[in-house]
Amino acid sequence: MQSRVIEKAASLLESGACTRVLGWKAGAFFYDVTPAVFTCAQEVREQMVFNPFCGANLSKYLIAESRKEGRIAVFLKPCDTFSFVQLQKEHRIARDKVWAVGVQCRGMCDIDSLKELGLKGVTAVEEAEDDLRVTTLYQEKTISRKEALSPRCHTCKSRKLLDCDELIGDQGQDLPSSRFAQVEALEAMTPEERFAFWRGELSKCIRCNACRNVCPACSCEKCVFDNPNSGVQNKAAASSFEENLFHIIRAFHVAGRCTDCGECTRVCPQHIPLHLLNRKFIKDMNEFYGPYQAGGDFDAKPPMLAFTLDDPEASIITNGRDGQ
Amino acid sequence: MQRIGVFVCWCGSNIAATVDVETVAQTLAKEPGVVFSTDYQYMCSQAGQELIQEAIREHRLTGVVICSCSPRMHEATFRKTVEKAGLNPYLLEIANIREQCSWIHKDKLTATQKAVILGRAAIAKVQLNAPLTAGKSPVTKRALVIGGGIAGIQTALDIAEAGFPVDIVEKKPTIGGKMTQIDKTFPTLDCAACILTPKMVDASQNENIDIISYAQVEKVQGFVGNFSVTIRKKARYVDEHKCTGCGLCTEKCPQKKVPNEFNLGLDNRRAIYIPFAQAVPKVATIDPNYCAMLKSGKCGVCAKVCTAGAIDYKQQDQLITREYGAIVVATGFEPIQLDKFDEFAYSQSPDVVTSLEFERLMNAAGPTGGTLLRPSDGKHPHTLVFVQCVGSRCDGAEKGKSYCSKICCMYTAKHAMLTREKYPDTEVYVFYIDVRTPGKNFDEFYRRAVEEYGVHYIKGMVGKVTPQDGKLKVQASDLLGGRQLRIDADMVILAAAIEPDKTARPLATMLTASMDTNDFFTEAHPKLRPVESPTAGIFLSGACQGPKDIPETVAQASAAAAKVIGLLVKDSLTCNPCTAKPDELMCNGCSSCEKVCPYGAITYVDKSFRGPNRTTLIRRVAQVNPAVCQGCGACTVACPSGAMDLLGFSNQQILAEVDAICR
Repeated sequence: MQSRVIEKAASLLESGACTRVLGWKAGAFFYDVTPAVFTCAQEVREQMVFNPFCGANLSKYLIAESRKEGRIAVFLKPCDTFSFVQLQKEHRIARDKVWAVGVQCRGMCDIDSLKELGLKGVTAVEEAEDDLRVTTLYQEKTISRKEALSPRCHTCKSRKLLDCDELIGDQGQDLPSSRFAQVEALEAMTPEERFAFWRGELSKCIRCNACRNVCPACSCEKCVFDNPNSGVQNKAAASSFEENLFHIIRAFHVAGRCTDCGECTRVCPQHIPLHLLNRKFIKDMNEFYGPYQAGGDFDAKPPMLAFTLDDPEASIITNGRDGQ
Repeated sequence: MQRIGVFVCWCGSNIAATVDVETVAQTLAKEPGVVFSTDYQYMCSQAGQELIQEAIREHRLTGVVICSCSPRMHEATFRKTVEKAGLNPYLLEIANIREQCSWIHKDKLTATQKAVILGRAAIAKVQLNAPLTAGKSPVTKRALVIGGGIAGIQTALDIAEAGFPVDIVEKKPTIGGKMTQIDKTFPTLDCAACILTPKMVDASQNENIDIISYAQVEKVQGFVGNFSVTIRKKARYVDEHKCTGCGLCTEKCPQKKVPNEFNLGLDNRRAIYIPFAQAVPKVATIDPNYCAMLKSGKCGVCAKVCTAGAIDYKQQDQLITREYGAIVVATGFEPIQLDKFDEFAYSQSPDVVTSLEFERLMNAAGPTGGTLLRPSDGKHPHTLVFVQCVGSRCDGAEKGKSYCSKICCMYTAKHAMLTREKYPDTEVYVFYIDVRTPGKNFDEFYRRAVEEYGVHYIKGMVGKVTPQDGKLKVQASDLLGGRQLRIDADMVILAAAIEPDKTARPLATMLTASMDTNDFFTEAHPKLRPVESPTAGIFLSGACQGPKDIPETVAQASAAAAKVIGLLVKDSLTCNPCTAKPDELMCNGCSSCEKVCPYGAITYVDKSFRGPNRTTLIRRVAQVNPAVCQGCGACTVACPSGAMDLLGFSNQQILAEVDAICR
């Protein structure tokens, strides 16, 4: 797959079809993959990668990149295409200046998953069918790809590649996903247990803003937390109240627009399962207003922006604490 | 530095009895920025207003807080007051310490504390108020009347008489509405057609009135003074301008078995038809559900016999878009479906009829030519049982309606009286819960039915009607006599409840006009503004607002016309300056606000902004048309970036109020 992706990128630049390519390149470590823009084929061949660690969703970068001169080619995995469509629905991406190449995906891996398997000092990972050959400073080991998957890929919702100009690999289908199981487990808790769970998680937050910066839905021209006129600008959480509210406000902010790509949790250096907040909103909206997938298509009306006479009046009075 | 004046109103004892107004004034005097604080018996009185104006001048006030009744009551009054003293009217805030405080609390201490808090919130808000200037919007001097029954006709005639053009949109092929189907009218017993058809003709001949029949409103945009309405004129497959209404086609059409809706299906009409002789416009219409030519392309008889060449099988629906300054809703009523009332055997016997069907059976233009005959065998009925309140005044409203349909007592008395007059050999029974006859000459009318015409009025309800051996076995209770009755009737007539026309609900959504739980349109104030909808520029005429008889409908129709005329004579309207305003530097151009705007006030433009390093960025940003924006605030909460704000109700102002309350 890697060679096909790199060849495609190089040929798009060589043929002049695009002036830039948005892809991935290795960071300090080979598994520390970072988004990158390439401007010539040579650069692509030397630096571009497409390995099991290319989890980063590139759609958000198109907001800025599609405003620049010339056409940009971008490589999108199925879950990334949902963000791509959602951003187009919000008029954030100039579609005519983007050449979207859909890349089929078998789930991305996570170095933390490898570490959990007891593999230290990983120097290389090779794909082989359903297995991965892992080379470390100490040994060589073959593990199943499944074991190394990033947690979010275990509950993958779809392998469909939406709105792409061309595909590498086959078009995929929606998958049966148990992604709401964790939300259900949280719902089953008592309010006190749930509060304790979230306090435990959110108290770890260091307000690095990585979740906000990576989130494709969090793409305001000026973030309210950076705006001195907003009255809520801050760089560090001064109290536990602020720790909680920063994330809850962010979840409200992206409600109805979050495609559940899971980037927030992936980038969190403190390993807070932030995606669960968004997933709770998605689950509630599905139940109140009927199934809706943000970025799933161009036509569906977003439930938070559509009004029908049959809308339920979801209320904390009737559905709140323990149904009292 | 702000210089705020606080004025606490006693409202006689309305506020002062539950709120210690003096304490409120003294406590609020200590709030930051407050330089003057006082209380007075009636702030809205001449003396009270002068007190405010004097304080503004003497203390050079920059903001005014009035603690009084709801702003819905006197905000406009006090805005004028401060404006006369030289202050911008939007530098005024009202703390509602009557409806939201004194009226709902009993304990004086709590109420006083709450009044202080409400006052404090208003002070916090007025600190951030900015002077606003109201713009003007022009008024399109044309009115739209939706519904061409007697209500719509009367409203249109009155508006036209005042010199303004007015369009009537009627969904049926002819105007006239329910009144065309009625035989005689109570309490005078004059013939409905004789008094209605001249009005229909007047409407069609009035050069200010344009009748758009066989049409429905499809889309409404805009706001008071500036509505833009799209009307779908359905294809009637007959050129209205060519058709002379000779009726030859309606005689020659081979499709004879079409239920005639004008006679409520009691007889048949052809596939091409003119609803009735006095129809306006008197133009034929082809029913596409029955026309063989339209269904299978085989026939064409009407086109052959039409000397005017008016038949056009290829006619299409037509969309008409017009501008209006005011819209009158006159969508009227329908009798309810009786499928939930099978105890009266309506579905089992053709001799059980509704009162409206009975009107047709008594009418000279009806299916029996005005002779009362049983629908089942065409024989003369001898015993007639009238049942009132079928579906009206139902407990719990699961089966019928909880309200009184208002007109049934009177028309049943009319039916009973007319039957006895024409056919003295009949026995007529009327079963009632109560007989309600408030109205000029109404009770006299009912008593005549009982005393002069010998109608048997029995208090009690009919329990069951069973068709048996050509008779209708009626079981009923006589509550006053304390006995069960069994009557062998020839006909049973059900006074079905009336409900708003089914098209009213989607129309209300288009007009953003509110409705009650029964789908009757809500008036702006049940006593003081009975013909206006709460939505500016939308007026109500006739039974769409509640059950009404003809005199009441006509009175309301003329009242609505007067309101419309009052609006249309104005050249411009003062806009509400409290409109939405986007911060272009924050706007993403995501279209969320546009999607939630009920008034279509938001559009987008591509605008150049300065980017980093002397670059120019072109971004899509929202723009609000302040003349169209009604200040509802939906966009301000939908905007994910917080770029949209409402002038006069900015996020900052509301948060300041919340902070003041939580302090």
